[in-house]
Amino acid sequence: MPIYSEKVMDHFNKPRNVGEIENADGLGEEGNPICGDMMSFYITVKDDRIEDVKFKTFGCGAAIAVSSMVSEMAKGKTLEEALKITPESVARELDGLPKAKMHCSNLGAQALNKAIRNYLEKKEKGE
Amino acid sequence: MKKVYFDHAAGNPLLPDVLKAMVSFMETSYGNPAAIHDWGDDPREALEEARNQVASLIGGRPEEIIFTGSATESNNFAVKGLALARKKKGRHVIVSAIEHFSVLYAARTLEKWGFEVSFAPVDGHGLLDPEEVRRLIRKETTLISVMHGNGEVGTVEPIEEIAKIAREHDVVFHTDAVATAGTIPVDVDRLGLDALSLAGNQFYGPVGAAALWVRKGVRIMPLLDGGVQEGGRRAGTENIPAIVGLGVAAKLARVEMEERLKKLTPLRDLLIEGIPEKVNRVVLTGHPTIRLPNHASFCVEFIEGEAMLMLLNSSGFAAASGSACTSRALKASHVLLAMGLPHELAQGSVVFTLGLENNREEVEDLLGSLPQIIGRLRDMSPLYAKFLKGVKG
Repeated sequence: MPIYSEKVMDHFNKPRNVGEIENADGLGEEGNPICGDMMSFYITVKDDRIEDVKFKTFGCGAAIAVSSMVSEMAKGKTLEEALKITPESVARELDGLPKAKMHCSNLGAQALNKAIRNYLEKKEKGE
Repeated sequence: MKKVYFDHAAGNPLLPDVLKAMVSFMETSYGNPAAIHDWGDDPREALEEARNQVASLIGGRPEEIIFTGSATESNNFAVKGLALARKKKGRHVIVSAIEHFSVLYAARTLEKWGFEVSFAPVDGHGLLDPEEVRRLIRKETTLISVMHGNGEVGTVEPIEEIAKIAREHDVVFHTDAVATAGTIPVDVDRLGLDALSLAGNQFYGPVGAAALWVRKGVRIMPLLDGGVQEGGRRAGTENIPAIVGLGVAAKLARVEMEERLKKLTPLRDLLIEGIPEKVNRVVLTGHPTIRLPNHASFCVEFIEGEAMLMLLNSSGFAAASGSACTSRALKASHVLLAMGLPHELAQGSVVFTLGLENNREEVEDLLGSLPQIIGRLRDMSPLYAKFLKGVKG
């Protein structure tokens, strides 16, 4: 029995939205190399919607698939909707993750969340 | 797609002669070797033949071989059984920091039982300085256990020197030779050992049969109570078909060893030289020359091992890794950390272990595929992006 679902393997083998955005409206980083996974999310925002999203991930197969799935889920969503993406909803969209990977590798939603908050903070400060 | 297996430290195909001997035994024999009637004759004979074959492999005497069910059992038996048999004399044990979990955690259990354990450190190559062991010896020390070859980084330890120091202090010395027995020459007398663990599945024998060799006159406390099998030291009806396989595998390993070494060592060196040539920012783990003949291990900077294994698998290659994400405990390899590697470098661990069915073409195929696999993951890695910026900046 394979460890990962077909959907996880698909996102791992063909990750969507890999990259960085120069002068992104929001940047969020989560994780650290000691625990094994590190994710950076970049977003651009237009009319309170996520116009574009890119990520870079250091981590296992699950971490890469999670990042890819989060980027796909977030694209085009309003900020309010995107803030509702949770590790659980990401795992559900991936047809499940192995138990051991639920916490340490499922950091994509938090990284995206940080990117959105980074954008909102910058906006508040009028940057 | 052609599939190539480079994970022989984890499991091996059975040699045809091993399988044949096992099947032929199972087809005809089912009696208990302890039986008085005729049905006990064949199993008894098979058991003693295997005992001779295993003893010959390591230069021991047949009556010094105790068959067990796994390398883990042999190591547990040695560490706990040798320490318990000497607890009146002292309760201090020394093991290296890079032992297999079956030695390391057996030692931790001894701690719970009131023993003291010292963990001898290793250098950046995973090599243990025998003088470190000498420094750790106390009046109460009764057992030293240091592995012969390390399965994660390939380093072969100077156990002959360590055994000598143990002997000078009247301390019993055990070695976990699971990675070496059947792979490189191992002679218990030349090395000066008191106890040694070996397992058949490391040299093309079946899983389920292993052995602990204990020098005659060295006391050991049995861990399993029951019948008087294995001279009363390991109760339980023997897994004879697997032991028959272990015996044949041991015989073949002894006879063919030189030939196997001639085949495997150049393939290993091709990996050790080839990978750092093809990929930048890769470090060899373990000792560059004092290492297992079939073992090439590396840490690749900026990427994680499990993802590497998955892409390697997609390209048809089986390998292993000591990264935290690969382990079920989600902890980075204790071996790499004991060698002083930083966590993020240990995450990029990848281990290739070669076997008899591998050939030069397969190794060259891997060398051809690896740069692209590593490049793909690095393109995704924020650590690599930062590194590139640092280089430019």
